[in-house]
Amino acid sequence: MSDPNTSPSGCDSCSMHAQLAQMGVSLGNYDHMVALAGNPNTGKSSVFNALTGLRQHVGNWTGKTVTRAEGGYRFQDASYKLVDLPGTYSLLSASQDEEISRNFLLFGRPDCTIVVVDATALERNLNFVLQVLEITDKVVVCVNLMDEAERKGLTVDVRSLARDLGVPAVPTVARTKEGLQELVRTAAEVIAGDVRTKPLRPAAPSEVQRALDELVPMIVELAPGLPNARWVAFRLLDGDHRVRQALLSGELRELEQEQRAPVEEFSHVISIEGSQ
Amino acid sequence: MSAPVLDAKAVLDRSDELRRELGEDFRDRVVTSLYSNAQQIADRTVQVGGGRKWDLDQKIDRVVTSRVLGLPLMLFLLAAVFWVTIVGANVPSELLATGFFSFEGKAAAWFSSLGAPWWLTGFIWHGVFRGLAWVVSVMLPPMMIFFPLFTILEDLGYLPRVAFNMDWLFRKAGAHGKQALSMAMGFGCNAAGVIATRVIDSPRERLIAILTNNFVPCNGRFPTLIMLAVIFVAAAFPPALASVAAAGAVVGVVLVGILFTLVASWLLTRTVLQGEASAFTLELPPYRRPSILRILYTSLIDRTIFVLWRAILTAAPAGAVIWILGNIEWKGINLAQHSANFLQPLGEAIGLDGVILLAYVIAIPANEIVVPTMLMVYMGVSMMSDLTSYDQIRSLLVDQHGWTMLTAVNLMLFSVLHNPCATTILTIWRETRSRKWTAVGALMPLVFAFLVTFVVATLVRTFG
Repeated sequence: MSDPNTSPSGCDSCSMHAQLAQMGVSLGNYDHMVALAGNPNTGKSSVFNALTGLRQHVGNWTGKTVTRAEGGYRFQDASYKLVDLPGTYSLLSASQDEEISRNFLLFGRPDCTIVVVDATALERNLNFVLQVLEITDKVVVCVNLMDEAERKGLTVDVRSLARDLGVPAVPTVARTKEGLQELVRTAAEVIAGDVRTKPLRPAAPSEVQRALDELVPMIVELAPGLPNARWVAFRLLDGDHRVRQALLSGELRELEQEQRAPVEEFSHVISIEGSQ
Repeated sequence: MSAPVLDAKAVLDRSDELRRELGEDFRDRVVTSLYSNAQQIADRTVQVGGGRKWDLDQKIDRVVTSRVLGLPLMLFLLAAVFWVTIVGANVPSELLATGFFSFEGKAAAWFSSLGAPWWLTGFIWHGVFRGLAWVVSVMLPPMMIFFPLFTILEDLGYLPRVAFNMDWLFRKAGAHGKQALSMAMGFGCNAAGVIATRVIDSPRERLIAILTNNFVPCNGRFPTLIMLAVIFVAAAFPPALASVAAAGAVVGVVLVGILFTLVASWLLTRTVLQGEASAFTLELPPYRRPSILRILYTSLIDRTIFVLWRAILTAAPAGAVIWILGNIEWKGINLAQHSANFLQPLGEAIGLDGVILLAYVIAIPANEIVVPTMLMVYMGVSMMSDLTSYDQIRSLLVDQHGWTMLTAVNLMLFSVLHNPCATTILTIWRETRSRKWTAVGALMPLVFAFLVTFVVATLVRTFG
């Protein structure tokens, strides 16, 4: 791949190949890690494939990706590891696919999380986005399937969406790779801190806030370095037995390490198994 | 690390107190506020214009998922796919077989002329190569037609509609409605179907879905079913109806598989895995125009090559094993015959024979190679390399080895019901991490297979 700085080709701004290079699973060291989350059926796997050049099977139905798959891409001078999480509707329940996503967002500490949403079903998708925003600051919303929205006569004001959510939002059509260059650029800017995010976190009712205020310091003391103690406190108040157990057994810290462990050898397996 | 554990308990105790103070409806309030926030933002962001296509999607769904038309339409589509496959695969299969076997003869002759010992020529050309040749010529053409068609249905968004149509059946059986999805995935590959059960929240229902996934025939078993349907069922009908009848027979067998998925699920929920079926929402995604390139890629590279490669990997050693069994003699009879004779009484009891069971034993690593293995054992050491058309296979089975319609029907039933292949068993182990459930997953289908074929054989012999 040519260095964009030394090759002043006119395609820099128009071609996917000017700055964005697919890396497949050839990941030795990477500079940044980006997670890909979203509801099922939003074209998440299309985004993953387009960016990494891998061919995870893309199916038009729920539950295609049930484990995390990993790939990589290179943008400008940095290499990125992209982790495709299972598509889920929420992070509140206890099914295995949701837990994989949740654990990764909480403990894998991606440098940036791209949440892929379906432009034609924004309301339902936003439920999920709001839950992700509770967990992590560094989020870019990828408003995918813009072409389908257009065909259905929907106008989606992506800028207003970004303003409301407090994080950048990028319109895309992953199947034709439209907007993906802009997406990785925005992710890079969020990681670099060039774009500051201020995620929408609706204030909790006062009695809940009081409970949180009391619990959060206790949790921080118990598991220092836990990325989002507020979220853990929230889950405890909800009686989430998985989080309880994790706290009790000291598993929180272990989980954190586990999430960081590479699963590269895995992604090939998935791309084969997932397609059958 | 003893102090932090105590602390954790203190934190939990305090959180429990706080939770009680907040009241029962805490979760509901959280979710409600989440939803209302999402709704407000969505309202500000999205302007609705004239939604033509939306209406069309809904109109199609009203037909496709309707109570009356949904299931018949599904069966019709399935039958149409099989029919096209059967009609299209016949000629290419014959061509491939002719080519391969004339090559086998020439290559073997060439080996002999070079002075290679008979056992080397036999092992390589009549063993390993013949195994490969059978697998490729029997399986490749149907796969190249069936997989693209199946992938089109998948890409269109039809599979979730299938799940929607069948949801009530699964709930009646006490299983999870999403099991219809993992089942649909099982048509592709049972191992993938077992992995797909991860979308099911409740461990009980997930286990049911894992244990019963094998009852739908996977890609590896479809060529077997299609071939049997063509050779036996189609032959029993006048030519004009033959291909339709064959397609109907395959659909029938698939229905039997679905029936046993439900029966087994029902039995499991009544016995070892008791509990209520849980509710869930299933999203019906918009219909999408499948992209031709992606369909070709997925169905030909990902699926056809994958399945074929796996078959080849197992067919080569299987061919070698059969050749060895067929050429080592003990008391004047070769080992293949000994094994077949040993299995004969059991095979006969269930309407099959010893050779078929032997083929199933050799084909445990991959179901794909059952039929090729069987044919090779039947042919033994003889040089019958002119067995190229379906007619010739039919005459080998019927005239020389006494197959009847009962044999064919029972073999189809056995193929759908019997134990999962080694990959699937391994996947069940990986997903459940339990020896007990892995054993149940492997043996329960086998018991069903023997029971059903035994009952059918007995009934036919008594009344037929």
